[in-house]
Amino acid sequence: MIPLTNYLILGAVVFALAIVGMFLNRKNVVILLMAIELMLLAVNINFVAFSHYLQDIAGQVFVFFILTVAAAEAAIGLAILIVLFRNRRTINVDDLDSLKG
Amino acid sequence: MSFLQLAFYFFSTVLIFAAAMVITVRNPVRAALFLVLAFFSAACVWMTLEAEFLAIVLVLVYVGAVMVLFLFVVMMLDINLARLKEGFGEYLPIGGFVAVLMVIEMIIVLQVPDFGMDQMPRPEGHGADYSNTKELGRVLYTEYVYPFEIAALILLVAIIAAIALTLRKRPETKYQTPGKQVQVRRDERVRMVKMKTEQSSD
Repeated sequence: MIPLTNYLILGAVVFALAIVGMFLNRKNVVILLMAIELMLLAVNINFVAFSHYLQDIAGQVFVFFILTVAAAEAAIGLAILIVLFRNRRTINVDDLDSLKG
Repeated sequence: MSFLQLAFYFFSTVLIFAAAMVITVRNPVRAALFLVLAFFSAACVWMTLEAEFLAIVLVLVYVGAVMVLFLFVVMMLDINLARLKEGFGEYLPIGGFVAVLMVIEMIIVLQVPDFGMDQMPRPEGHGADYSNTKELGRVLYTEYVYPFEIAALILLVAIIAAIALTLRKRPETKYQTPGKQVQVRRDERVRMVKMKTEQSSD
């Protein structure tokens, strides 16, 4: 049988891959958003795994809410991206320096 | 090795492969398509955990809606890929180092016997009469009804925010102003003309 550890390690690996994606594609906002989605997926895998092994449905309810918030986040993030591209004609993070931060 | 184990390892491998491809491919469209594969494999992994409703929701909502939105946006933007890929591998050593270290640390932590088969055995699978959707709905509409309504509100805010952000007035487009249309009076539009009746020529 599959121990709980395997599911947790799967989540950890996906999360780490998403972090590498942030390092690699730090100029492309679209891929950065995709890396965030991967991170949320990794967290959700942990929630579902614990929910099953502890026989507690609350974990799945939490995943339900995370999915809702993630969908809202993706929609608003992409809307910001569209506005950004319309105003600056670029999505390169290096060009977004008008705030001089 | 049972069928369940075989399925779990197969879907996990596909998931990790797809996640690795998402962050390394050069074309954002391909990245989005590999993300679809990643979500689909994750849904299959959730199936092995008897979370059938969430697995289907992941496919329908994520693959069906969010990823299509991503693809729309990626294809709509005219991205200069060459500039975006400048210095692609620049931070690979430090990023890879951090990630590998993180995975090793997490594996060390997760190998404790608390999560092993002795402390936390895999529960018996439910029978065919068990409905995951029903169970989820039962707690969602009773115990978690206020969070559920807040989630609905968050979605409403997301809709309004997305529309408000991307809405723009184009100067060349002609708009109707219903308020002004309603307020119009007769003498602003109609001009009475007095003229003689004309003789028909035939």
